Amino acid sequence: MGSRASTLLREEEIEEIKKETGFSHSQITRLYSRFTSLDKGENGTLSREDFQRIPELAINPLGDRIINAFFPEGEDQVNFRGFMRTLAHFRPIEDNEKNKNYSGDFIAFRLYDLDRDDKISRDELLQVLRMMVGVNISDEQLGSIADRTIQEADTNGDNSISFNEFIKVLEKVDVEQKMSIRFLH
Amino acid sequence: WPFLDLVVWLYLIISLIMIPAMFGFSLGISETYMTILMKILEWATVKIQKANLDVELKASASNGLIQREDGSMEKELGELRRSRPKPPVGGDFTLSDCFYFSRKGIESIVEDEVTQRFTSEELVSWNLLTRTNNDFQYISVKLTLVYGLGIFVRYCILAPLRLTLALIGLSWLVIGTSTVGLLPNSRIKSWLSEWVHVMCYRICARGLSAAICYHNRENKPKKGGICVANHTSPIDIVILCNDSCYAMVGQIHGGLMGILQRAMVRSCPHVWFERAEMKDRHLVTKRLKDHVNDKTKLPILIFPEGTCVNNTSVMMFKKGSFEIGATIYPVAIKYDPKFGDAFWNSSKYSMVSYLLRMMTSWALVCNVWYLPAMHQQEGEDAVQFANRVKSVIAHQGGLIDLQWDGGLKRAKVKETFKEQQQKKYSSMVVGDDSSSNRHEVWRVWHLNNP
Repeated sequence: MGSRASTLLREEEIEEIKKETGFSHSQITRLYSRFTSLDKGENGTLSREDFQRIPELAINPLGDRIINAFFPEGEDQVNFRGFMRTLAHFRPIEDNEKNKNYSGDFIAFRLYDLDRDDKISRDELLQVLRMMVGVNISDEQLGSIADRTIQEADTNGDNSISFNEFIKVLEKVDVEQKMSIRFLH
Repeated sequence: WPFLDLVVWLYLIISLIMIPAMFGFSLGISETYMTILMKILEWATVKIQKANLDVELKASASNGLIQREDGSMEKELGELRRSRPKPPVGGDFTLSDCFYFSRKGIESIVEDEVTQRFTSEELVSWNLLTRTNNDFQYISVKLTLVYGLGIFVRYCILAPLRLTLALIGLSWLVIGTSTVGLLPNSRIKSWLSEWVHVMCYRICARGLSAAICYHNRENKPKKGGICVANHTSPIDIVILCNDSCYAMVGQIHGGLMGILQRAMVRSCPHVWFERAEMKDRHLVTKRLKDHVNDKTKLPILIFPEGTCVNNTSVMMFKKGSFEIGATIYPVAIKYDPKFGDAFWNSSKYSMVSYLLRMMTSWALVCNVWYLPAMHQQEGEDAVQFANRVKSVIAHQGGLIDLQWDGGLKRAKVKETFKEQQQKKYSSMVVGDDSSSNRHEVWRVWHLNNP
């Protein structure tokens, strides 16, 4: 009379994920059952369609960008490890374990940086803005908003925002508090 | 003499179970079974809890995995923007605005209100069925023995018994209603029809070891009204029809189901539609109206959610039944998941495998509350009326009241909801002259696309 879940997710794997991401044992098992419930194809990986089946995510203006954050460059499937690694960015960082590998601002930067070249160009900013506002704001006004934002952030004059410039703009915002999710137990 | 064995077996069933079911009294066998079952499950729960003292109890299964911040878009974006002064002109946007959406998005990936309604409810403590064993580990020899015994009892004793009963019940329904259908229309015919229906449903209920508790029977639906209830499984019909007679609404099927439907409609009027007719909203509304206006006909039974949900919440009620102008009798049905999971996950299990699962559960325990009749009020449209009835049912059954459409089980969510979110956010960027901006967008688009 063993336990079904652990035959699919081995204890060693749970330990590895725990070390890598900092989630607790029970959080990992619960997130695993969430992962399997989303995995309609039952093949151990999630596709973009699996994410889009979540109605609250489908109506999120940045839904597609958020889903993209889970998939490594050029891939269409994400396994449980990858799933957990992305979610780990949203754990609140306790003071005694400031893990520089996972941070909310990096994910936020990736949301804007569509082609992953470590720079937010004017076009990329415009595209993301367009996603968030839909048809409700004119091209001109959106353009001027984008210009102003880049102007404020750009310190080295290359007309785009690098990661460091991005961080500087967000200095005053408590990123950890606003990006992190309060996982229970 | 195998033939003799079969005859004895049959007589045993008939006398012990069917006759009480037919005449509405009870010999107390089911009650004894339920009491023993309760004691065993309690004992199992205690044993499991004692062994899991160092592991967090699954009592937190009913709590969420994350704690959501339920602030509105305005509130949360306001907080995000607090750190910088509002720019004088040209739209209030800042790079940190995306945090709101990304956090909400990740929260919905970890846990959302909708997709969990289409799978079975998680149990607080294991109920000794293989199918609910997700996460529970080996505890003790005794527990395993009881579990093994349970399998034997359920599959080798209860299941065949229940299957026989169900078959007898359904055949009797077909034969009985067809027979009654031969009579000319009269008071006697209606009375006989009702008696045949209730009797068959009672036999079917015994076929599922159903223990049903009806509350507030003074509110029972009356003729000329529409009874609405939350929907968990096709067994809801058996549950409700054990106590009262209803006219069913639905599509005519082929096969066995069709035989059943055609037989039932001979003895008393039900509202069956051909597949093509169901698409015609006006036709559907008219036929329902005609039925309701005829005060000799039975109250109609409708499940406005339109699909089976897992009995932890009530999802959007389709407004069709609420536009007819009839008296609405709300009914709340709540199953106790400890004894067996009643939810029919139609995307995962076919009807047949579902019924077999039902027959190998411990039992089916549920509460039915009849709620006071409701009418559409002045100035209230069908959607508002539907929502009002829905919250009453949700409140009584202890279910969560959701605005989401049960059709999301299979269909995609409408784009308009995303557009609403975008509109809301836009108004926070440019203030309320978003409408003039929209005209600008269309004007430029039309210029470029003559």
